[in-house]
This record gives sequence, structure tokens and C-alpha cells, in this order.
Amino acid sequence: MKRNDDYAARAARLQGLSDEALHARFWELAKALTDPLLQMGREYTSPSIERSVLLRMGFSSLEAVALVNKCLEHGLLGHGAGHVVFKAAGAWDLGVREAGRRLIALEDWQDIRAMFRKGARHG
Amino acid sequence: MAEYRLDPDSAIDVREILKDLERYRPRRRGWTWRKPAPGLKMGDFVYHDASEPLKRSVPLPPAHHFGGIDPQPAPVITTEIASGRFEDDIRRMRMAAHHGADQIMVIRTAGQSHFDSLIEGTPQGVGGVPITRKQVRAQRKALDLIEDEVGRPINYHSYVSGVAGPEIAVMFAEEGVNGAHQDPQYNVLYRNINMLRSFVDACESKTVMAWGGMAQIDGAHNANATSRDAWKVMPELMVQHAINCQFSVGCGMRPDLICLSTVPPTATPAPCVYMDLPYAVALRELFAGFRMRAQMNTKYIQSSTREATVTHVLNMLISKLTSADIQSTITPDEGRNVPWHIYNIEACDTAKQTLVGLDGLMRMVQLREDGPLRKQARELKERAVLYMEEMLSQGGYFKAVESGQFVDSGFYPERNGDGIARQADGGIGAGTLTRREADYLAPVTAHYGYNNTAQYGLKEGRDPSELIGGCTFQNPDLISYIDELDEEDNVHRRMEQTEHLRRPGSSLVKPEMEWLGDGTVMLTLFFPVEAKLAQAAALEAARRMNLEEPEVISVEIMHPAEGTRIELKGKLPFALKADELVIPREPEVLDEEQIRQAIRERPMSVVAGTVGEDEHSVGLREIIDIKHGGIEKYGIKVHYLGTSVPPEKLVNAAIELGADAILASAIISHDNIHYKNIALVDRLAREMGVRDRLVFLAGGTQVSSEMAREAGADEGFGRGTKGVHVATALVKMRKKL
Repeated sequence: MKRNDDYAARAARLQGLSDEALHARFWELAKALTDPLLQMGREYTSPSIERSVLLRMGFSSLEAVALVNKCLEHGLLGHGAGHVVFKAAGAWDLGVREAGRRLIALEDWQDIRAMFRKGARHG
Repeated sequence: MAEYRLDPDSAIDVREILKDLERYRPRRRGWTWRKPAPGLKMGDFVYHDASEPLKRSVPLPPAHHFGGIDPQPAPVITTEIASGRFEDDIRRMRMAAHHGADQIMVIRTAGQSHFDSLIEGTPQGVGGVPITRKQVRAQRKALDLIEDEVGRPINYHSYVSGVAGPEIAVMFAEEGVNGAHQDPQYNVLYRNINMLRSFVDACESKTVMAWGGMAQIDGAHNANATSRDAWKVMPELMVQHAINCQFSVGCGMRPDLICLSTVPPTATPAPCVYMDLPYAVALRELFAGFRMRAQMNTKYIQSSTREATVTHVLNMLISKLTSADIQSTITPDEGRNVPWHIYNIEACDTAKQTLVGLDGLMRMVQLREDGPLRKQARELKERAVLYMEEMLSQGGYFKAVESGQFVDSGFYPERNGDGIARQADGGIGAGTLTRREADYLAPVTAHYGYNNTAQYGLKEGRDPSELIGGCTFQNPDLISYIDELDEEDNVHRRMEQTEHLRRPGSSLVKPEMEWLGDGTVMLTLFFPVEAKLAQAAALEAARRMNLEEPEVISVEIMHPAEGTRIELKGKLPFALKADELVIPREPEVLDEEQIRQAIRERPMSVVAGTVGEDEHSVGLREIIDIKHGGIEKYGIKVHYLGTSVPPEKLVNAAIELGADAILASAIISHDNIHYKNIALVDRLAREMGVRDRLVFLAGGTQVSSEMAREAGADEGFGRGTKGVHVATALVKMRKKL
């Protein structure tokens, strides 16, 4: 889009605002622009967020990559990669690190997927 | 084994830093501001805007005239150090800390933004350093030792951006990194990372950074650097700052740790202060409560380090006239190469010198509340408000970016249609977001957004990591440390190559600019010819000096036909053996009381003056005056004849006054006139038959002991000479006579 500088015309209605009112308007607009972004952040997750959760649970970066890829492959990322490990640890009665390592090595994830099927009981 | 500590007289041992990293734990989390010291007294002076002094530091060059004081300004001073080899950067960090830097920023290697996980080990970088846990840990450990040495906490800083932002944020929080750049707009506009992914990731990154108490710096300065006419982007800069600030507060960051990366957008030959000041004022008014990180303008930087330095000083005038919590520095060689050691230090000194020089200014000067400053500041704010109103009418942030609203070269609302447009479903990482299910769980500390911990019976407000008995944030022993993944591309292999040069231990000496043993040297040459010929001549001259890989790095025209200034770099292909080098002996110094006693027992008088057509007086007065610790304080009687004293007059005065010695100062060294005058004093004294009973000492900034003695003086004194050196020589040489 090309447009000449029509500041004078556009800003006419702002001229009556005090500096304080103008500042308030500025921050009100900033909030209106960022609120939807913050809401999206609450509702979604990403591979990097999930890997960062696994790092905090004590996994190495290599293990975190492997676990998140497995979760993606089996459509479980929306439950949380840390959740998958946590639930498996409960089911297998292992610590989270041991459970995570077993998950990385595990070929058949049918039982894991079953744990997250709707209506499945919490660990 | 004893814990490794720094010896102020020894090089830092990088081998020691790399030992036992697996067991290293950071000593603290979070950012540290300097401690203000209003009314600080140092030497003869009172400072109004200074911070607490350092325990050890290297003061500005003229400090020896001021009792060696090294006042430190109030803002945190940043230097960016990232040569590609973090092990060599550690030595530079120590030097920078001694020159006043307390935020060390590490630039990431090219391409790390697009690396979809943490990088591990210590591969070599390009244009920066691959940021890894081992590298971060080593540098933080080194900075712990360095901050103990200088006596001030040092903030360690890098970047939380790219497609692995949340993981990097976690690693930084675990490793005690104190600050980071974080701004999803940077990903979107300059790294073409998918915008939805960037903002969702940023929520987690910022939450983690807030937990770690890290200071955040935004990315708005990049709009300044990439737009065609940087001064036209001011309204947009305010909008970018606002989006990141508001968004960060929404993620739980404290406003006093949210720093706006703000650059005075304009540079000379534009009337830049006149244009930049209203912007700086408007920004600080709109963003009261947030912090200002004053960045230097790099947009128009050329290869002249002098020009870059002046721009940076003008930038700091803006900082002083408004405010800066962090004063960033850019190395003045940024326009020619990856920064060298010496230019990091120059930049730190430029910041310290300028801010100390402007200390107290605002107690005397006030910005006007009327006229063009207020009018322009108001107009910029209104333009920014209009900008955001249009974004909302376009359908919000993502729609606005899709329409190319950002980095347009028009002065908003003017539009030139050349903005950076990105698509919501495009870019790296597009389509990688997943909606959280109703049972979504993340059993860790500092996690943003929906987290169903209630399903496992955890009460609201409890830390989700309680479900697993605490995470790495509570228990660092849970962290999985990876040492190296690549057997060839790692720090140990690189260090083997230069082990013969490494200190402490090595007795070899080789010049360097970036890396140990790189051999890089710089030559400054002037040729009385036009620029193209001068460059060719410079390269050929360098080859004949046996410099390898010569390259012209700066060309400045003195006159199109009369001459060209060239700066050139090349590599010296050899090292020198330290034990074969001749180091001039330190001047002998007698105990002060010994000197006094010798003078009491046998009083002594001298005649002194600056010899020849030479009006310099400062150096000689310091050698004489009791106030500066000169020879008068030992009871030596001095007949000071002043400046531009003819050699005959010095000798005649010595005879008439029955003096024991002549002190001749010779500063002007053009055509070796200083040594010629020294020789003349000696000859005249001989001709008059008094040379044997006179001690004749010569001094000056360009005087060497050896050359002065060759010219006929009994001793010569150069730069750094003190009264006690001269008094010692007088007493010892009189004994001999």
C-alpha cells in the first residue's frame, strides 16, 4: 500500500487529548493488540515448549527431542509431553527419567495411546 | 585440589575454567543493577551520577594525572563479545570487566535461530558463538571469578529467540544467565519464523525468564537497522516496544526488568541530536516504569572507527539528556570486521569516559518545556497511536503483519509499500502448534497457560512441579549435562592447536586481535596519492613486510589527489620468544627517607626548564612540584627557568647559581629536536668546563634512557616518570661525582 503522509488529517481527533489521555490511549491499544496473543499462548503448545518442559523434568536435550518426536508421531503432544512421561511413570511405577528412557526405546506405543483415550482413567 | 582463583598478575587459565564443569553451579540468579553512589568523592572531585567504585580496574588514560581514580558511571555498561571461539572470548571478558563492562553479551552463531533444539558441546561459531550449556557454564564460571576480581557483579546475557526459545530460556534459567534478548517480533520480521509459533513460544520463554529474574531486552532496534531511512521508523519503534512490553507484562514479567532496546535513530551528517532527542523524550514518557537500554546507532556506520566513536558519543549525549539504565556499546570496528579485543575495550572506555565527563550535567541543564522538542515529541506519540489504531482496524497484530505494516520506509501514516510482510501460515515452524487438550499437563515450574494439575489432586496455586517432587529449578542436580557431541569440532581440539602459545605457561608471544595466535596486526599508512593507487601500494608494502593475507580495511580520502589514509590488516607468521626479548630495566627507586636524609646531609640545588622552542610545562612541573610528589618534597632546591629556555641559559644559570644539576625537559620531538637540544646542553657544559661537576638529566614523553645517554645526558626519563625516580638519580649520581 502506498499513502501520502496524512498525519494532520488523521490526528485531528487526537489533538484534544491531554498527554495523560494520549498515553492511556496508547496503552489501551497495546493491550487490545496483545490480549489475543496471550490468549493463544494459553491454549496452544509447541514442540519447543514441550521440550522445555522435559528439560525441567531432568531430561537431556537429546532425550527431549526424541520424546517430543514420539509424542508428535502418536498424536499425544496436546496432552503434554511431560504428561505422557508422568503418566507412564505412574503406570510402570518408575521415576520420570527411567520412564522417559523406556518411552524413547519403546517401539509399540499402543498402551501409551490408550492411557490418553477419552474416558481413560487417570493414572 | 585447591579452588582455582584469579591472580591479578597472571593470565586467566582457560584450562582451569573448563575443568569440572559438570559439577559447576551458578552462584545466583537474576539481574544486578549498579549501586548508585550520589556525592561520591574520588581524588579532588565530587560525582553526582556515579556508582560504587571497583576494587580493581584499568582507569582512563589520563587518570595518572588524577591520582589513578576510576569513577564508574551509573548505568550498567554492556559489551558484546562473540568471536566464534568462546574460550578466547573469556580473556576478552576479563579485559572488558576491568574497563567497566558489567553486562557481557554473547551474540549467537549465524543460523542458531533456525536450530530446532538446544545445541550441545562447543562447536566453533560464525559471526557469533553457538550458545550451548557447556559454553554458557564455562563463561558464567569465568565471570564469577572475574567479578570477584573487579568487585562488582557481572551480568551475563544472550538471546532467547528462534524456534527453540523456550528450551534456551530454561537452560539460561538453570545456568544463572542474567539477561536475554526476547522479542517474538524479531523472529517474525527478521528471522521469518512463523508468527503464531513465535508468540506462543514467547509466552513460555518470558514466563521462564521472569522466574529466573532475568532482564529482558527487546528487539526494536532492528527496525532501526533495517529500515531504509532510519529516522522515519520512529512511530513504529514505539509500537514494537509497546507490543513486547505489554505482552511481557502479560506473561508475568516485572516492568523494571523489561528493557527497551532504544537507538537514537539518526546519525550525522543529519542534525541527529535535534531529530533524536524528541523521540527519546517521547519514548521515556510513554514507557515510564520500564527500563531503557540505550543502544548505539550502527545503521550508518562506515569503516572509520573515529566516525563511529563520535556517533556513539552523540548517542550518549541523548542518554544523558534523557535517561539510560543500561548503556550499550558497539565496537567502533563493527563496520569492518568481527570485533577485535581492542575495540571492545575502546567502546567500554568511550562509554565510561563520556558518561563520567557528563556527570552532573542535568543539575545544570534542563530540557525546554516549549518549542520544537515538545511539539515533535507529541507528534511522534500521536503517530504511534494512529499506527496501532490502524493495526486493530486491520484485524489485529497478525493481520497487520500480513499486510506489510512493519518496517515500511514511510514516516507513518505515510506508506511506501515496502514493508516486511509475513503470512500467518508461513515461515519456519508453520503448522507446528498443537491445541492443548482438556487434560493437558506440564508438571514443572514457570509454565505458561492452561495446565490441568487439578486432575492429579494438586490444589490451585501450588507449584505443578510438586507432582514430580520438584524440577531442575528446585533441584539443579537433576540437570542432564552433555559435555561434547562432536569429537573434532570442540574446544579441546581447538585449544590443542594453540597450546604452545597459551598462558599461563607459554613463553611465546604472538600478536592477536580475535583468537589466541591469530597473528593479526593492523597498519595505518598515509600515501600522498589518490585512493586506488594508495590501496595497491598499501597491499604491496604489507607483502614486503612479510605480512600474510593483507587486506585493506579502511580507506579515507584526505584529498582526492594529495593523499589517502589506509588501514590494513595482515597476519604475522611467527611468534617471539619472551626470554630472548630485551625489556628496559625499571628505574631504580631509593626509599623516600633515604633521599630526604641524603639531601639533609648535603643540600642540593638544581636548575630546570623546558629546553628549546618548546612551551610544554606540565611534565616538568610534576617532576618538580611538591604538590605532585615532585623533587621539592625531598628538600631539593629548584630554580625553575620556565619554558622555551635556550640551552646556553640553562648552563649559564647552573654556573651562576652554583647548582648541582641541570634538569632539561624536551617534549617536542619533531626531527629529533629533543635529542639535538640534549646534545647541545651537554656540549655547552663541556665547553664551559662544568660538565664534570654537574648531573645532567633529560626527560620528556618521547625520551628514552638509552637515547638520552647517547646524546650526552647522564640519564633520560620517559613517560610515567615520577619525582622519586628523578630524586633517586640525583642523589645516586651526585655520589658518583
